[in-house]
Amino acid sequence: MRRKIPLIITFIIGVVLVTGYFVTRGPFNTLYESFSDYFAIITVFAFILGGGSLLKIHLKRVSNRSTDWPYSVVTLAGFLVTLVIGLFKVGNPDGMGGEILAAGSWLRFLFDGVYNPLSATMFSLLAFFVASASYRAFRARTKEATILLSAAMVILLGRTPVGAWLTAWMPEILGFLELPNLANWIMAWPNTAGQRAIMIGIALGVIATSLRIILGIERNYLGRRE
Amino acid sequence: MDVTLQLWIDAALTLMILSFLYRDNPFYKFAEHLFVGVSAAYLMAIGFWDHLVPNLLGKLFPSLMSGVVPGAVGRSPDYYYIIPAVFGLLLLTRLVDRWAWLSRWALAFIVGGSAGFNLPRFLDSDFIIQVQSTMVPLVVLDPAGNLLWGASFSHIVLVLGVICGLVYFFFSVEHKGILGHVSRAGIWVLMVTFGAAFGYTVMARISLLTGRMEALGAWLATMF
Repeated sequence: MRRKIPLIITFIIGVVLVTGYFVTRGPFNTLYESFSDYFAIITVFAFILGGGSLLKIHLKRVSNRSTDWPYSVVTLAGFLVTLVIGLFKVGNPDGMGGEILAAGSWLRFLFDGVYNPLSATMFSLLAFFVASASYRAFRARTKEATILLSAAMVILLGRTPVGAWLTAWMPEILGFLELPNLANWIMAWPNTAGQRAIMIGIALGVIATSLRIILGIERNYLGRRE
Repeated sequence: MDVTLQLWIDAALTLMILSFLYRDNPFYKFAEHLFVGVSAAYLMAIGFWDHLVPNLLGKLFPSLMSGVVPGAVGRSPDYYYIIPAVFGLLLLTRLVDRWAWLSRWALAFIVGGSAGFNLPRFLDSDFIIQVQSTMVPLVVLDPAGNLLWGASFSHIVLVLGVICGLVYFFFSVEHKGILGHVSRAGIWVLMVTFGAAFGYTVMARISLLTGRMEALGAWLATMF
């Protein structure tokens, strides 16, 4: 029962959704729409599960006084304060009926003052690390690394005014070699070719995996056999 | 709330994260852990109000949600929505070791749903349409019948690029001889694609960094 019922559920949902995509009449169409709604709702519960899991892990770390446990207190405090403000719309000028991120609300304050700067700065750190990564790639001196970095440099320069300024002296007949034109050409043709190859490869993989999941051949998501 | 207070918090957290450039330190760890907690709760709250309230609670208890969900007044409850509610609650049993196996039922719904949605969608947009878009003439002529060298060259690059890239991903045969050369060319095409993606990523991150520097500038301006 612990493994068979999930396999039956997966089969029914998968078959209904695949059929509903092609058959746009009768019960399949209705079921397709209902299952789409149900799917979106259940996925939101995954966020709640994530929050619950975060609470469980950090409470354990605090109670066991594990290494760096004071930082877990910071995580828990940030989590609980934001959650209470968000779920009960604390400090929302329009009350429970207002927009969750209404101007002047406390959640908006947390979003603009804490969440936004933290996420933006965290991701902007990558600007420094990609610089060192490119340096290491240049040192590797392989043909592939050179192609990658040359394409990156052309795109970077071609998309900024410096690129246009650097190659503005070129005669009209060599206009296609101007960095903005070269960047546009790379984006439109070789880049599209590579992306298309990747997309087709991914699509074939997804189709095969989806079929294996629906037919119950792929069962890794059920975890270990108990 | 006070804008100046927001600027000070914004600047303090920005500096804490940037301190990682020197080395890992308690300020960075503080900001990192705060980010984890705040972002998890923020996404939960948004998910609750944007999806659960209108799509589940508003359907099951319309009269109770009339002040919160627009259009819920006078609507009769749709009891079919008990199904996702039950599956959603089953998903949460993963937090209780004894009942964790029940969460597989909900997981099966999610996995089956993803497979059911993805199979036709990928078949249509990422396979058929991509293959169709690659079927372009290799020799491009203008209306007068003259050969357009640039367009023809671009089309050849596109078709050969896709074929070479696909050959690289074809692992059923060993990449030796002609297949090895074609696969090698496929790697070069993929490297150009990764290079373009790399270039765009660098630009996006630098633009984020510029935004942060502007925020720090605005904070400094409040002091002078």
